[in-house]
Amino acid sequence: MDALRNPTNILSAIVIGLCAIVPFAAPAVGEPFYVIVFARIMIWAIAAVSLNLIMGYGGMISFGHAVYLGVGGYTIGILAFHGVTSAWIQWPLAIGACALISLIFGAISLRTRGVYFIMITLALAQMIFFLSVSAERYGSDDGLNILTRSDFGVEFYDLNHKLTMYYTIFAVLVASVFVSWRLVNSRFGLVMRGAKSNDTRVQAVGVSTYLYRLSAFVIAGVMCGIAGLLQANLENFVSPDMMDWRRSGELIFMVVLGGMSTLFGPVTGAFVFLMLSEVLASITHHWHIIFGPFLVLVVLFARGGIAGLLTPRSARE
Amino acid sequence: MNNAALDIRLEARSLQKSFGGLMATDNLSLEVAHGEIHAVIGPNGAGKTTLVHLLSGLLRPDGGQIVFEGRDITRLSASARVRRGLARSFQITSIFREFTALENVMLAVQAGQGHSFRFWRPVMQDLRLIDPAREMLERVGLGARTDVQAGNLAHGEQRQLEIAISLATDPTFLLLDEPMAGMGPEESQGMIAFLKELKRDYTMLLIEHDMDAVFALADRITVLVYGRVIATGTPDEIRNDATVRAAYLGGDETGEVA
Ligand SMILES: Nc1ncnc2c1ncn2[C@@H]1O[C@H](COP(=O)(O)OP(=O)(O)OP(=O)(O)O)[C@@H](O)[C@H]1O
Ligand SMILES: [Mg+2]
Repeated sequence: MDALRNPTNILSAIVIGLCAIVPFAAPAVGEPFYVIVFARIMIWAIAAVSLNLIMGYGGMISFGHAVYLGVGGYTIGILAFHGVTSAWIQWPLAIGACALISLIFGAISLRTRGVYFIMITLALAQMIFFLSVSAERYGSDDGLNILTRSDFGVEFYDLNHKLTMYYTIFAVLVASVFVSWRLVNSRFGLVMRGAKSNDTRVQAVGVSTYLYRLSAFVIAGVMCGIAGLLQANLENFVSPDMMDWRRSGELIFMVVLGGMSTLFGPVTGAFVFLMLSEVLASITHHWHIIFGPFLVLVVLFARGGIAGLLTPRSARE
Repeated sequence: MNNAALDIRLEARSLQKSFGGLMATDNLSLEVAHGEIHAVIGPNGAGKTTLVHLLSGLLRPDGGQIVFEGRDITRLSASARVRRGLARSFQITSIFREFTALENVMLAVQAGQGHSFRFWRPVMQDLRLIDPAREMLERVGLGARTDVQAGNLAHGEQRQLEIAISLATDPTFLLLDEPMAGMGPEESQGMIAFLKELKRDYTMLLIEHDMDAVFALADRITVLVYGRVIATGTPDEIRNDATVRAAYLGGDETGEVA
């Protein structure tokens, strides 16, 4: 039961617990608006968890990760635009599209390291971004309204139902943390973490790391794509802004803020990042002036992020 | 060595490697026979580590050939060479510092068991990894330190872990780059005894600065100076070789060369 004494785990439990009860608690305290706020946060949290998988555990700092939000979202939007609303068609195609794009982008970018990797993931993501901006048929800059949410064709599971939508997102979030946990601790995860720690040594014990890193890249891309398809459904709307490079930067911040290479770090990171920007924005119009320096301070002084601050010094080494 | 000389395990043929204008490996040829410890000595910057990098595949030669167990492996990747049984250790300790000692060795054991595309089962419950890894740590004398983070091990212990990782890949041939680097005299004695024991199971190419260790362990010695082989022979032949004495041993044949 040591796990319960760890403040990081307690915080994670609180955040997850909060997410679980918000649909009932928020209206009860007269703030029903928070249901949609939490739904949005959870979607970002899924994306951040997926980024943490490659960045925190695999050492691959992708500066283009939001592109999979866009690809997942636009697949839903475009199919709906053409009258295909069945989830059984939409979702597999969205996942397939993200798998394919991340496979191509990963295959290219993983041939580089360090700053080059960061730049090339950004450049590749920008290609898709500009594609969406130039797609006049699908609304260019203005985005694309989605008239009907993904349709599962069964009565008891309807995404138009608020609670169904909310708890679908919640379930995906919990699943993505669970999947990360299993992956990271598996043989695959050992190779991935080893490659982050000392890639040369992994090669020198007989493992060529490229395919493992590529697989992780694709898994993360798909996971983020699922966040994107959920976002498209939640907002009934997709736009190029979903995959603006700033979104990729924010994802990196969420992961760093919450605590890289910790399971729940990205969840708390997304939560704190979005709540704080929400709160600050309601106080002052110039909230970026406060938020920017705050993020800089976190990076400078709290190197393990929130999870690092909560971990007793003795347990760290 | 008796008739073992007939069975050449590893052969370098006219290897060539330069960095910019600097010839780090200059037309280098050598042979290592089954079961022997073949030591490579030479002053700082002679190109010993470069040779190990070339043989292990971390560097590509500009020219020449590497033959391992009768097969040309010059174009094989580093990881593919390890899978054929050619393992190496590093002069500058190369371990997974964030992992525990056990996890370090587990990764190497895992690598020797085939592909690692296993996504679900936790390694820490996998006795097929844990048991051999523990055994290996026991063998190098780290049995009591399995759960210590590798970065927190003492220097000598990290050197032992370095060897344990290399051995855990289940090799037949070891390329050891100064396994005693930075060790105290007592630790060095321990390592020498350990290498003697390993000699029963492995063929070795041993880079070493410590002349006592070299003369205690080696069946044959190759002397490198400026990337070139200036002599190869038994310890006695090397001790009495005029070129070697002039170029390298500097008259003090058993003294340690800095
Ligand atoms: N990657 C590199 N780039 C440029 N020069 C290099 C590189 N690696 C080694 N050298 C140079 O090649 C020469 C041989 O280096 P090497 O490390 O192989 O020597 P060594 O015999 O292992 O020395 P030591 O006894 O100090 O370990 C040195 O002059 C070194 O500076
Ligand atoms: Mg060296």
